[in-house]
Amino acid sequence: MTDDTSGTTARGSYRPEGIADEFSGSADTGTSTGPTAPQLGVVGMLRFAWRQLTSMRVALFLLMLLAVAAVPGSVFPQNRQDPGAVAQYMIDNPTLGEWLNRLGFFDVYASVWFSAIYILLFASLVGCILPRTKAHLRALRTAPPRTPRRFARFPARGRYLAPADLVTPEDVSTAAVKHLRRRYLGLPAFRVVTSTEKSGALTVSAERGYLRETGNLVFHISLLGILISFGAGQMLEYRGQAIVVEGRGFANSVVDYDTFESGALFDENSLVPFSMTLDSFHSQFRITDAKAQDFTAFVTVRETDGASREEQIKVNHPLSQSGAKIYLQGNGFAPSVTVRDAAGEVAFAGAVPFLPQDDVYTSQGVIKVPDVSTGEQVGLVGYLLPTAEVTDDGARSIFPDPINPMLVLTVFHGDLGLDDGIPQNVYRLDTDDMTQSLEDDGTAVTLLVGQGDTVDLPDGLGTIEFDALPRFVALDLRHDPTLLWLLVSSLGALLGVSVSLFTPRRRVWVRATQDEAPDPDGSGRTVRRTVVEVAGLARGDDTGLQGEVDALLRALPAIPEELTRPDDDTADDDTADDASGGTADGASAPDSPSTPDSSTGKADR
Amino acid sequence: MNLSEISDLFTWGTATAYTIAMIAFAIDLSQVTDAMVQRKTVRAQAPVLAVGDPERYGASSDTAVSEVVERRRGSKALGIAMSVTTIGFLLHAAAFTTRWVAAGRVPWANMYEFWLSGTFVAVGLFLVLQLKRDVRFLGIIVTFLSAVFLVVGLNSFHVIADDVQPALQNYWLVIHVGVAVLATGVFTVSFATSVLQLLRDSRDNGSTLLRGEGTVVRGKNVAAWRIMSWRFLDGIPTPSALEALSFRLNAVGFVLWTFTIIGGAIWAEDAWGRAWGWDPKEVWSFIIWVVYAAYLHARTTRGWSGRRAAYFVIVGYACVLFNFTGVNLLFNGKHSYSGI
Repeated sequence: MTDDTSGTTARGSYRPEGIADEFSGSADTGTSTGPTAPQLGVVGMLRFAWRQLTSMRVALFLLMLLAVAAVPGSVFPQNRQDPGAVAQYMIDNPTLGEWLNRLGFFDVYASVWFSAIYILLFASLVGCILPRTKAHLRALRTAPPRTPRRFARFPARGRYLAPADLVTPEDVSTAAVKHLRRRYLGLPAFRVVTSTEKSGALTVSAERGYLRETGNLVFHISLLGILISFGAGQMLEYRGQAIVVEGRGFANSVVDYDTFESGALFDENSLVPFSMTLDSFHSQFRITDAKAQDFTAFVTVRETDGASREEQIKVNHPLSQSGAKIYLQGNGFAPSVTVRDAAGEVAFAGAVPFLPQDDVYTSQGVIKVPDVSTGEQVGLVGYLLPTAEVTDDGARSIFPDPINPMLVLTVFHGDLGLDDGIPQNVYRLDTDDMTQSLEDDGTAVTLLVGQGDTVDLPDGLGTIEFDALPRFVALDLRHDPTLLWLLVSSLGALLGVSVSLFTPRRRVWVRATQDEAPDPDGSGRTVRRTVVEVAGLARGDDTGLQGEVDALLRALPAIPEELTRPDDDTADDDTADDASGGTADGASAPDSPSTPDSSTGKADR
Repeated sequence: MNLSEISDLFTWGTATAYTIAMIAFAIDLSQVTDAMVQRKTVRAQAPVLAVGDPERYGASSDTAVSEVVERRRGSKALGIAMSVTTIGFLLHAAAFTTRWVAAGRVPWANMYEFWLSGTFVAVGLFLVLQLKRDVRFLGIIVTFLSAVFLVVGLNSFHVIADDVQPALQNYWLVIHVGVAVLATGVFTVSFATSVLQLLRDSRDNGSTLLRGEGTVVRGKNVAAWRIMSWRFLDGIPTPSALEALSFRLNAVGFVLWTFTIIGGAIWAEDAWGRAWGWDPKEVWSFIIWVVYAAYLHARTTRGWSGRRAAYFVIVGYACVLFNFTGVNLLFNGKHSYSGI
């Protein structure tokens, strides 16, 4: 495949003076030395491998690979996000699932192959930014390159003549320096060097846009910072989940959480002690279509010194406490029930969280009653309906607020299996050793218990009373000490890439000299003229380059208006306007042999 | 009729205007090319003007004359196309504003609204670019894509203007999604530019198909593939000029996209308790970012600039589209609360 886009000849083979340094690309060097190296023994091989790795071509390849490798993580269920879905997938596709599991497709972003790609990519990145940082630091201290002998092949040029007795080369040089050193935000626009050539011509060479490479390096270093912060975060973070019923609380300690996860380097002593009580929970639903409008948890936080304060936690507005954040991740109802056994003794009393299953908070739950004074243990399974509507077809919830709350329960009796010492899911009833209470016709007994009601359990098991309906919230506490670094690195990357992409890197040169030429009025006399030439060179495509040259031309001393020859229709201002108009029309002028084409080597990494 | 329905009527009007504009752009491209090509031939025969006669006092600069493609005199169809696009854009602005008022929040919180605002940015950007330089050649693709997105959005993904649920009640909805919309609009225009770049480049390099000569299959010329003459490609800027334009747009798009991801991570940290969790939408946002990063690298790698780099723009835009269609419809993730 050819990439010769415009058909101009000799692309890349010609380098005007002033181009041949870091403007022309150091990142490509790895590719040119490629295939000849491997006869150099182990060190040579390593060096060869390193050169290959740090070449732009390989970095590009790794980037493409990274994009492709990320795809399966969105297609297949992932263990970290949804382990249930992975288990289901394994059941549905046993053979394929087994292989996918072995190859890490259910844990793509922790898999060997995905890690290998990004580690290689970052190794390549380090191998690229180190030499470039060095080169850039050198460039920052280096004067702009001396003025090239010929300007003919530069992409942007300008030239004018002036009578020597009115405009001297010194005037031109002084004006050019003044213009180029104009200040932006306290910084000079250009770094400027002047010199005198052997012929007596005065030259000015200037360069701007050092920030371009600075931004580029900041961007890549920041990416490294993001990776390191992210990795460190995984090691240091901890995360705990707790379900808290209104009026109850929890303390920030490992045992108080329902689930607790932490990174490899987490130290349990780093949990800052504090405790929190859920005072109340408020939810608001739109009456017309039950759409959620607002959730707010009102809590009281108590520090170790006894000080307490009231706080709110909302979705999207976590509570910050001791460097950790506490999120409101879920909510529901925890019906408070009292179960009396056959002897009339209170066997169970308390609030039991029921997990909402849909938008109208049809909530599923289990009430386990192990501590009966007589008879068998009791398990109640069923639903809480916040606003129950009972029809012949059964009961269902029609609104998420508790307008007519009702428990719909089926009853099991037997052995709950809690005494084996094996931890059980509190939301699931193990019915292996239990018997369901049935009606005479063989259907399961279904109890409908409204709030405030007391209902007899079947088979003489006792009674159940539905006392109250407090809310519960699912809180998620997370502490990650690296978040600030992640933020700083991210913003560094954003700033770096913006500066790098939008800062033009330009060089301009001015040469002012004097010569003698026959007077164009045809009188045969010779006149002494000042010849001013300006050239500009940019790194990459730069539609503003000609504008920069034109602005410089306009800043130089020209012929006073009244001395312009009457037949001269190319007065300074007109031409400058034409020129800038021309560049604005097309992004650049690609068919011109003098235009830099986009594929000559640039090291804009 | 409530405000939400009025907004939908405006959207239909917008889609209609863009369709008419697209047809007018097409007519213009088929019409004007013959005349243009002749004019170009004449120009090519004329000797290149001497640049700034050095024997005269005064200034000169070269680039002005190196512009080979002459600024096109617009045909009547082109004038109509641009006017109708502008009218369409005004209708679009009305649809956008009424939707905003009807919903009582920014109009980019679900899939339909995302497309409504994304196409609004794309066409707006096209018209703004036109103020600075002649980019009317992009019109056909931009109006085509916008009309298609609007009609598909209205027919398949439309929901009535409504409040958002608590998970979306955050100023980050304005920033994160707003910037994503801007980026999508910019990527749309850069995609159009790169497509034209590739077509023009293929024609310049002798693709028989794009020269209107059919295509060669197993040594035989299949004239059936001679769909059109493709001559209009001679009337658009050169591949390198298009590449330069596409790059400038992609650079802006890339920065916006970087911000989208960072803003999303900050919001996710507040809303979900983790900055990054490889949710399907996050995965695809990451893929888009990597593809455009690869594009920026490809441009500066010898042997990959020009044509090959442009393919990255095509792939990147395909990923952008997938992220706002496929990811919403196929995968279930944390971003799936928009109810389409």
